[in-house]
Amino acid sequence: MSKARKKEKEVVYRKKLIRRRKPNRSVFGDIALYLFLAFVGVIMVFPIVYAVNSALKPLDELFMFPPKIFAINPTFDNFSDLFVTMGKSWVTFSRYLFNTVFITFVGTAGHLLVASMGAFVLAKYDFPGGNTFFKLVTVAMMFSGYVTAIPNYLIINGLGWVDTYWAIIIPAFASPIGLFLMKQFMEGLPSTLIEAAKIDGASEWRVFSRIVMPNVKPAWMTLIIFQVQALWNNKAATFIYSEERKTLVYALQQIQSGGIARTGQGTAVLVVVMIVPILIFVFSESQILETMASSGLKD
Amino acid sequence: MKEYIRKYFVLRRHEAGVALKKAKRSKMCYLFLAPYAILFTMFYILPVITSIFFSFTYYNILESPRFIGLQNYISLILEDDIFLISIKNTFLIAVITGPLGYMMSFLFAWLINELPRWIRSIVVIIFYAPSIAGNCYVIFSVFFRGDAYGYVNAFLMNAGIINEPILWFINPKYMLPICMLVILWMSLGTGFLSFVAGLQGVDKSQFEAGYMDGVKNRWQELWYITLPNMKPMLMFGAVMSITQAFGVCDVTMALCGYPSTDYAARTVVTHLFDYGYSRFEMGYASAIATLLFLIMILCNKAIQSMLRRVGT
Repeated sequence: MSKARKKEKEVVYRKKLIRRRKPNRSVFGDIALYLFLAFVGVIMVFPIVYAVNSALKPLDELFMFPPKIFAINPTFDNFSDLFVTMGKSWVTFSRYLFNTVFITFVGTAGHLLVASMGAFVLAKYDFPGGNTFFKLVTVAMMFSGYVTAIPNYLIINGLGWVDTYWAIIIPAFASPIGLFLMKQFMEGLPSTLIEAAKIDGASEWRVFSRIVMPNVKPAWMTLIIFQVQALWNNKAATFIYSEERKTLVYALQQIQSGGIARTGQGTAVLVVVMIVPILIFVFSESQILETMASSGLKD
Repeated sequence: MKEYIRKYFVLRRHEAGVALKKAKRSKMCYLFLAPYAILFTMFYILPVITSIFFSFTYYNILESPRFIGLQNYISLILEDDIFLISIKNTFLIAVITGPLGYMMSFLFAWLINELPRWIRSIVVIIFYAPSIAGNCYVIFSVFFRGDAYGYVNAFLMNAGIINEPILWFINPKYMLPICMLVILWMSLGTGFLSFVAGLQGVDKSQFEAGYMDGVKNRWQELWYITLPNMKPMLMFGAVMSITQAFGVCDVTMALCGYPSTDYAARTVVTHLFDYGYSRFEMGYASAIATLLFLIMILCNKAIQSMLRRVGT
């Protein structure tokens, strides 16, 4: 690119910047806004930063008085201690990890498929019962899972799924918020796209798998993060009692409750548990926001 | 009159016939929906119905359920003092953290929206992180430790406000406020994301039209242009925050213990767990669940009809 063109581009960019400033904003207001947001942001992030720092502190610093917020000699001792403790337990760390990863993976994949299939027909076709069903789903978003905890236990018990992975995985398939977000997002797809594919002789399944699904990738990410967040943090203490099927979070929290001798490992546990959902969110933020833009509840 | 009724039925039958024909033609739709519909019925609709059914029975899993009419509800409301405490606590938490968290979500989403793009995405992560940070909230038990080593106690003692350390999570006076603080910290969740996304989607030309018509400052812009445009997201966020506000139990159980001193931090959900999983009085627990269900649905309906009036 020649120098002149570069300069020209810069000028256009500067002009854009100036134009971007809305006319009815005061400079004072903007400064106040930044200060306020910075202040609140520090408060929001402080507990998390503190947790991460405690996990990096060696034991003597954890009990130091007066306590410091930042670790002086950061180490990964707490993490390695944690793995040693897990390694010595009757069920190994890798088994707990496998349990959680398996539950999270299967639960998320199944939910994505089942909810997208439902959302596709609810969003793009008009058939008797469709609207009523969707209304039921929105009502289901209005009460939390605790309401149905007891009958759910009875149902799963009746199916003979207690103490198996399915007790956590299968109910997770039906999470209403996933179907809701997927349907709202799919409504934004142009219907002409689907009609064109049909005229070209594609079957319904082909339309769904080849046309619709590749076009709603942002919504995938959103469903995935909500589901991973729910499943990764799922202790499932009521459904699973045999040690070798317990989830990682459950096992970690058992270590955490081990009292003062486990303080260092407890802080490491906090970090291990929170890092996965946060990382997924960091990497998929823009796609999630794109989906949430169509999350409105119309009536 | 007779004629009218006859016509009504003819019409109804005709409509049913049309629907049936349509249904036959859209077999494919039902096939696609079937997996989700079956699971949804099994784990969402059926449990609500069974919960209502069991709430009228005495059921302890071992014996088959015995019908006892309204007895569960009567003893819940008239005899169970702890339930009344839990209802009071839940309402206190919901009434304070629900609306506050909701307004915070909107306020911050709206303020963040003014930032340039890359700062915005960092700030969104910072604000959203607490709500997905697993059980990171237990770190608050370090800040509010009951002895002089806790940060808050140490700070207050150094400042000369208190003479001896306060047992934050054992003294009933302080339990709920601190739990509310923690819940507020975590309250920028799904609704917040929905607001952030929705604000970016508001049509820019409407703002320009607003400038022409004499919108003077950001507050006017908010009230006359942004809020009416955001109505669907506001509805969605309200659903999310109400559901969350009434379902509080993790935070109180982790911070104040289970059971907490004098049941001062007991919520409806904790009560439900106590009867369902510790005492196996499933009938009684179902009655609690049914009441909670009704409260949640009614609140949602009430708030929705209120929100419908925004900007009109």
